[in-house]
Amino acid sequence: MSTARIERHHYDVVVIGAGGAGLRAAIEARLAGKRTAIISKSLFGKAHTVMAEGGAAAAMGNVNSRDNWMVHFRDTMRGGKFLNNFRMAELHAKEAPERIWELETYGALFDRTKDGKISQRNFGGHEYPRLAHVGDRTGLELIRTLQQKIVSLQQEDFAETGNYDARIRVFSETTITELLLDGNRVAGAFGYYRESGEFLLLEAPAVILATGGVGRSYKVTSNSWEYTGDGHALALRAGATLINMEFLQFHPTGMVWPPSVKGILVTESVRGDGGVLRNSEGKRFMFDYVPDVFRKQYADTEEEADRWYNDADNNRRPPELLPRDEVARAINSEVKAGRGTPAGGVYLDVSTRMPAETITRRLPSMYHQFKELADVDITKEPMEVGPTCHYVMGGVEVEPDSAAAMGSVEGLFAAGEVSGGMHGSNRLGGNSLSDLLVFGKRAGEHAAAYAESLPKRPKVDTSDVEAAVLTALAPLERQGGENPYTLQQDLQAVMGDLVGIIRRESELTDALKRLQELKARVAQVGAAGGRRYNPGWHLALDLRNMLIVSECTAKAALEREESRGGHTREDFPQMNPQWRLVNLVCSLDRSGDVHLERKSLPRMRDELIQLFERTELSKYLTEDELSQFDAIEGPKGDARIPGVRTDGQSKTEAK
Amino acid sequence: MGTKRHFRVWRGDSAGGDIQDFDVEVNDGEVVLDIIHRLQATQTPDLACRWNCKAGKCGSCSMEINGKPRLGCMTRMSTFEEDETVTITPLRTFPVIRDLVTDVSFNYDKARETPAFAPPPGVAPGDYRMQQIDVERSQEFRKCIECFLCQNTCHVVRDHEDNKAAFSGPRSFIRAAELDMHPLDDREDRKEYAQAHQGMGLCNITKCCTEVCPEHIKITDNAIIPMKERVVDRRYDPLVWLGRKIFRRDQLNGSDGESMAPSTSVGVTDVAKGAPYTTNRLPENPPVREDGRMDVTEVTLPNPGGPSPFGDQTFPLPPDKVSYQQPGPRHGSLGEDGNRSEDGHHQTH
Repeated sequence: MSTARIERHHYDVVVIGAGGAGLRAAIEARLAGKRTAIISKSLFGKAHTVMAEGGAAAAMGNVNSRDNWMVHFRDTMRGGKFLNNFRMAELHAKEAPERIWELETYGALFDRTKDGKISQRNFGGHEYPRLAHVGDRTGLELIRTLQQKIVSLQQEDFAETGNYDARIRVFSETTITELLLDGNRVAGAFGYYRESGEFLLLEAPAVILATGGVGRSYKVTSNSWEYTGDGHALALRAGATLINMEFLQFHPTGMVWPPSVKGILVTESVRGDGGVLRNSEGKRFMFDYVPDVFRKQYADTEEEADRWYNDADNNRRPPELLPRDEVARAINSEVKAGRGTPAGGVYLDVSTRMPAETITRRLPSMYHQFKELADVDITKEPMEVGPTCHYVMGGVEVEPDSAAAMGSVEGLFAAGEVSGGMHGSNRLGGNSLSDLLVFGKRAGEHAAAYAESLPKRPKVDTSDVEAAVLTALAPLERQGGENPYTLQQDLQAVMGDLVGIIRRESELTDALKRLQELKARVAQVGAAGGRRYNPGWHLALDLRNMLIVSECTAKAALEREESRGGHTREDFPQMNPQWRLVNLVCSLDRSGDVHLERKSLPRMRDELIQLFERTELSKYLTEDELSQFDAIEGPKGDARIPGVRTDGQSKTEAK
Repeated sequence: MGTKRHFRVWRGDSAGGDIQDFDVEVNDGEVVLDIIHRLQATQTPDLACRWNCKAGKCGSCSMEINGKPRLGCMTRMSTFEEDETVTITPLRTFPVIRDLVTDVSFNYDKARETPAFAPPPGVAPGDYRMQQIDVERSQEFRKCIECFLCQNTCHVVRDHEDNKAAFSGPRSFIRAAELDMHPLDDREDRKEYAQAHQGMGLCNITKCCTEVCPEHIKITDNAIIPMKERVVDRRYDPLVWLGRKIFRRDQLNGSDGESMAPSTSVGVTDVAKGAPYTTNRLPENPPVREDGRMDVTEVTLPNPGGPSPFGDQTFPLPPDKVSYQQPGPRHGSLGEDGNRSEDGHHQTH
């Protein structure tokens, strides 16, 4: 195979991914004076970030002046069940407000408070109203703002040089299939244009991964087709490591019917406002699934549960409002027991619970979502819902301050969903958008500095490029090979059924066996047709990444013998403080198999752990750690946070 | 569980192509994009089609379904008759790359030519103060998901390739309007710029863009018309007006820009010259059906399913068919044609 037809480019920094993290990183690299390329798998501005609705969490204190970074930090650690990389959570909480304010200088228009500041809304797990938002389309605003900032930088370059692309160029509909190394150093990235199928080689000393998540490995997901774990896999193959891959966030109530909207979220407030879950026999089954530890707080009769909505003080909560994992587990069990709906979910009903006008008043966005997307009138019929794969907490293990990937590789950076550690075992709503901005900026800044610091540019080895070409063309050579769509469905079935929301040892072992079989089949995948915009070919190439990432998730899920955040083991239902000390680190060995290693978590600095009360920490820490905590002198908990009332009135339980 | 339905899908590339026939299973509750995915999975793995979110939020799966510009993910199969053939073709205004994928770079080029937000000098990040009521006007336009259906349907470029150089299209106009209405944008000349450099004058307000907008942005009423009419407002000068009656446009000094304003006289392109006035009619909201959504086109087609949502019309429409009249500035004694309005920009309130 000749390499003659490969388009070559030289850049200082290549950013793979054009979502929030990628665009923010690119802006920073360009502002640092580096020639920057942005690789966008779809068209510019279509990234999955647009799906984010709630908002971006930042302790600006606009709505409640008591809020500050320390409170935000605490909430983030609680949400992640203390498995978070504390330094990332700290940086995130400290820098999020600046990153949000900066967006306004790019032209963003957030919703406002009465005194003209950025409005902030309440969200699960956040102690104070903290999410900067624009109605329910905050993600779109973020992407558009960053997109337009990049255009404005291009306009500046045009004014100066006569070329819009002089310092920052967007390669839209371009996929990177391989990172190229010079020794341990990143030397470039190889990929193809979707439009033409032609190859391109970007030579650059620094590469930033911002490719998002892995949701397409699951049957039911809220993620788009791009979410095939490309960045995770590229990092592994380049010698970087992944952490926390066992932690996936499943939302208990995603739409399962109609098929076109499978996976799209149904907000929790549907249940909070009186929606009930029923199985195909019409039974309100959640009463059968209240775990013993929750019996005191949750009603055991429908009558009491129904009284709670109007009189929460004298009645116990309806069991529909149990924590997310409990609800998801219950739905899962009902469906597995054959009491699910035809589409494989359960019924979530508000139509028999309140008058139509109450529904449209209290749940307007849900009413419209079902009306517009599904032609279902939720005031007249029940919704069909089931757990949906939403977000991966795990990702590239990074150095917290610089976002540089750990492992053997140099010159690789990661930001956003593709990076791991920030959210621990469970992400709080709203922390994702701020994560993108904070660590996108850091990645861009440090990648630029790294590129600057190199005495000479790493060189791409021609034989690596030839190998990459052969790998990319292989599916096209096998016109009669197995259908990539079938393979994807089989992979989704394995992951959805065996490495889904509730996991068991036997199923995980089975899954690993099946993934090996799939690996052999994926090696024989074929793509009919030619190179021009051929989605079958593109999928065939993505499958390789999906498989390797799925293997990481399955292996780590089998290894971690406890339940914590986004990882629920039926055979180990409790959280275990010993496991909190451990991160599971995936790497790739020479044969291309996933290698798993335990690594201990960095110990939180004294002044940070002092922000917590002992009673809370005792749920998470080992006896040893608690005695270390006791040995620290000085005030602890709320007493350390300026402006916080110490009577405990404002406490909210983080889940 | 599903039924077999008949589909016709355009396949080909820049060199040409044709409509091919497929029989595909359709299940309850599916949308057109699901059918395309089923085609890819079962019959034509290389069928090219863009998509991302499948929830009407990213604007990737724009296509023409039975000749109407639509999002594939928002077009439910239940809206068609059981035995109806569904014809799917790529966006017509843009060059085909392959199958249903078109080269939409036109839109990105135009976006790049629109001057960016100009931050107010001396205001530090974190010190921006705006009132909700003021940001809401721009926020409407920032709902845009860039599906480019408005660009595709706009007859100024849809059937006139040669207009593309001078005309930026509705997507760019709402961007200009958004910045114009941005409470803190430091540039003052957004309207003039839109007239002079984005070809807003070529728009004759047929509202086709508003009709196809999946986000229901009132492109014409809330963006284009206020932009056009405030240019008139600001630039109104009896002498210039008189001059325009006497001199040819190219003889006027500095006429670049203001000549593009809709006016009570000869008008922008002379297209509307002599068109009957419909009194001082306010712009109307687009007609909505019972379910609160708009039909794709208000023109009743003689041949539903034709290649254009406007049937076999040729654009621009003959002047006597254009019924819309821009409300003019308040200068009762000027002009022989008696077009008055109380206030040059009432519908912006």
